Amino acid sequence: MSVTEMFSYIQGFLSADQDVREDIRKVVQTLEQTAREILTVLQSVHQPSGFKEIPSKCAKARELFCTVRSQLGDLKTKFPVEQYYRFHEHWRFVLQRLAFLSAFVVYLETETLVVREEVAKILGIEVVREKGFHLDVEDYLAGVLIMASELSRLAVNSVTAGDYTRPLRISNFINELDSGFRLLNLKNDPLRKRYDGLKYDVKKIEEVVYDLSIRGLAKEAEAGGEK
Amino acid sequence: MNRREGEGCPRRNADAVQDANSSSPVIAAFKVFQQELDTKHDKHERLVKISRDVTIESKRTIFLLHRVTSVPNADDILKEADVKLDAVRQKIGQIAEELRGEDIFQFHRAFTAGIQEYVEAVSFLHYIRHRSLISLEEINASLVFMRPEKVDDKGSAEAPQAGGPVLTFQVTPSDYLLGVADLTGELMRMCISSVGNGDIDTPFQLSQFLRQIHDGFSYIGNTGPYEVSKKLHTLRQSLGKVEDACYALRVRGSEIPKHMLADVFSSRTAHLDPEEGVV
Repeated sequence: MSVTEMFSYIQGFLSADQDVREDIRKVVQTLEQTAREILTVLQSVHQPSGFKEIPSKCAKARELFCTVRSQLGDLKTKFPVEQYYRFHEHWRFVLQRLAFLSAFVVYLETETLVVREEVAKILGIEVVREKGFHLDVEDYLAGVLIMASELSRLAVNSVTAGDYTRPLRISNFINELDSGFRLLNLKNDPLRKRYDGLKYDVKKIEEVVYDLSIRGLAKEAEAGGEK
Repeated sequence: MNRREGEGCPRRNADAVQDANSSSPVIAAFKVFQQELDTKHDKHERLVKISRDVTIESKRTIFLLHRVTSVPNADDILKEADVKLDAVRQKIGQIAEELRGEDIFQFHRAFTAGIQEYVEAVSFLHYIRHRSLISLEEINASLVFMRPEKVDDKGSAEAPQAGGPVLTFQVTPSDYLLGVADLTGELMRMCISSVGNGDIDTPFQLSQFLRQIHDGFSYIGNTGPYEVSKKLHTLRQSLGKVEDACYALRVRGSEIPKHMLADVFSSRTAHLDPEEGVV
């Protein structure tokens, strides 16, 4: 094979690769759009009026997740399934956002931490790599960490809205999350960087709980509220 | 949320106390994540280590091959290089072993440097032997490993068509391309040293070959990965040096006695060095 032939062979490969990336980018763009819509719906829980509407907001968000499922289904068809990590960077960001959004919805509904299987189910994808388009564990954890900072904000706003018990519940939840993350041996990677932010969320919520307790605003939940 | 306000909290606090005993579902879930992440990181580290070994051994092979120009009997050196590269291939076999059933691209960053160095070494040897560019298929064809029988029962996810005991490693086109880009630097060094030995033909062959590779890279242009465009600059410099060497040989070669050629040439390149940025 001559040098020229070799290079034109490689070139063919590279341009095919670029076409695939182009297709993926288009679908990811629509996914990002849907993710923003869901975020907008959920953001309204920070409004004083929004606290009463949490169930209806969650229901609306869940409707939008149907769109996400079909868009992710579309994304799956754009590349060979065993090359997930080759193109991972393209959807890593949006998948983390979607993991966050589903975790947030589930938290608002049940006040529990969503399990990875549940996120995968909401998004219509797999948990284990062997079965196809899956949710990488690091992306799931990154989504959970985004939710932690959203919850610290929610704690502040729920006090403003006159709900004094929610911060205590959030505090317990976040503390549990924190001890969970402490179990992980994180490398010096993006996930670790994000985890380093968790302590500020914990601190913020503790301050809210402190403010409530010294003013006796959290009397009914005082039993184990302050940590 | 209202319904939770009354009784929800005390119960939850009780849960929180329990979590110290690490029996909560959250803690249990994170224990699973811990294991999963550790397994992944360990594999990554192992691959990085093998890749380093591959890099070092390939570099040594390249140094060995540079001796070809100054030694009367090149065959011995080529044989020795073959032996060394076989050892490198064994290491790559270990990489393939680690990647069995994994997504190759998940760990690609761990071993890409080693593979590029290997491509550089193997293509350098191929050029010295055959004066042509080794193809991607030829490289991949030599990276097929037979596996010992005892591990057979695990089955193979990577090469099911081969039925189990065969393991392959595929060099990606990008790694191949980057390895070939590095090769041009070696060829430039080979050109300079062969002039030093009074070899008149090799520089001209090399300049022709380098020009072909350069044309190939220009053809690919910026469709390739980002690193390729960075290497293109170095490639131009190497090509410039080799072309200047050929120029010097053509112009001055007939006037100057052979034993002085090396001196003339080396003073000339030294003189040209500062201008390289312009090329």
